[in-house]
Amino acid sequence: MSTSHVLDQKSKTAGYEADGSLASAANSVYETKQLNLWYGANHALKNIELDIKENEVTAIIGPSGCGKSTYLKTLNRMVELVPSVKTSGQILYRGRNIFDGDYGVEELRTRVGMVFQKPNPFPKSIYDNIAYGPRIHGIKNKKILDEIVEKSLRGAAIWDEVKDRLTENAYSISGGQQQRICIARALAIEPDVILMDEPTSALDPISTLKIEELVQELKKDYSIIIVTHNMQQAARISDRTAFFLNGEVIEYDKTDTIFSNPTDKRTEDYISGRFG
Amino acid sequence: MRYIEHDTVVRRMNGRMVVNTIFKSLFLLATLAALMALVILMYQIVTQGISHLSFSFLTNFASRFPDQAGIKAALIGSIWLMAVVAPTSIILGVGSALYLEEYAKQNRITTFIRMNISNLAGVPSIVFGLLGLTIFVRALALGNSILAAGFTMSLLILPVIIVASQEAIRSVPGELRDASYGMGATKWQTITKIILPAAIPGILTGSILALSRAIGETAPLIVIGVPVIIQFLPAGVMDTFTALPMQIYDWSSRPQPEFQQVAAAGIIVLMVVLLLMNSVAVIIRNKFEKRY
Repeated sequence: MSTSHVLDQKSKTAGYEADGSLASAANSVYETKQLNLWYGANHALKNIELDIKENEVTAIIGPSGCGKSTYLKTLNRMVELVPSVKTSGQILYRGRNIFDGDYGVEELRTRVGMVFQKPNPFPKSIYDNIAYGPRIHGIKNKKILDEIVEKSLRGAAIWDEVKDRLTENAYSISGGQQQRICIARALAIEPDVILMDEPTSALDPISTLKIEELVQELKKDYSIIIVTHNMQQAARISDRTAFFLNGEVIEYDKTDTIFSNPTDKRTEDYISGRFG
Repeated sequence: MRYIEHDTVVRRMNGRMVVNTIFKSLFLLATLAALMALVILMYQIVTQGISHLSFSFLTNFASRFPDQAGIKAALIGSIWLMAVVAPTSIILGVGSALYLEEYAKQNRITTFIRMNISNLAGVPSIVFGLLGLTIFVRALALGNSILAAGFTMSLLILPVIIVASQEAIRSVPGELRDASYGMGATKWQTITKIILPAAIPGILTGSILALSRAIGETAPLIVIGVPVIIQFLPAGVMDTFTALPMQIYDWSSRPQPEFQQVAAAGIIVLMVVLLLMNSVAVIIRNKFEKRY
């Protein structure tokens, strides 16, 4: 844990131990209990039970429409931007139910950063993109902002490529670089967890490789949950893998086990490419 | 067996090209017809009015004598009117659009409200004049002041500004909202820092076009009872005034043929004002335009 955290955040575990609610989950970031989700009448997530561990990369795989992106977006409640979403059950983040009435989504999303499928930088300069998060959380000091920008860009392994063009529009760089800018932007709010929704699906193989290496690097400091269509990617970069099918978790285990020795026939069929 | 025979395609090609040319010519004719009407109008007005156009025309008040008649009171009155209409209608219009697009739940009531705003944009201006007469002139006792006329004009162009702003706000890509909300930004922060900067060219273009409609409207002013012959300038928003289209309407309905020339000169002034406003809209659009 670095001492240079500038945002006034609770350190990773200390804040919640006092009330004793963390006892059962020494190193779980998220505990999902009996989670159900409906889009109108469509039952998209069914009785999800999933524990996500600290400082690991958790991959979520499954065919299109299986609910994997929906589950990811439920973890920071972005799914609620879709009208007519209903949920039941609990998701405990660091021991606290994120659906509690007094848990503000803004507070949750400050702790849980997100990287989207398509690179989505703001039509602003690279610097302003990274400084956006710290600024909305009240940091105005130019020196501190400069430090956050450099630290975040270094963290996303793109500092050397853009350090001389921080004032240029973020759209002037390539798609792969844009995606790393988006990762840097997520790092700038100094999150605890990073959610990644198919972050490489719009990128070329070399940019994909860079992002995969970056994910390996980032898991030392962050817990990462990544949704991917690419099973090789899941096998390469994740510690645990959850296989979703029709809104249910079919199997969840260490990635090695899922890919070498799956328990469920459907998991085996999917990872060996027989459907999906 | 092949379904598309190359020979048949070639044989039918001539017919297809003829139809293509016919429609191209028809649309060209339509454009030319509109253009011709405009050119004739401009020619008539300019030839009639140019002789009367001078600096003293801009600095003289209205007069019984055509050669002394000036447009000062109407020009200044129209500027006063815009000074009330622009802030009122833009603040209310953009506020409503933001509420409907960003805050309101998408349900039957908001759909109903949206549909009615679009319908309001098509209500004749004289109806808004009657509304203004009832509410602002009589009920709120503002009389035939700049404020009463300004509020009435604001109501008239409000639907246009709301619809244009809604379109501009809707065209901001959803991914930008996601990115902002995903970092824990509140709705208001997302609106001020992401949505409005991206939507401002569309909003301002729509608003200025709506304002140029307001500056040319006559019917609501007649209903409110805005006077024509005024020998003083308003000192505040509670004073009465006259506006460019009112003055032009008055001159063109006078029997002396000389006044027709005065009216034409007035129309030239009004059109220059309109042209200036539209140019501002174009400049703003080009300056703020951003790519995604």
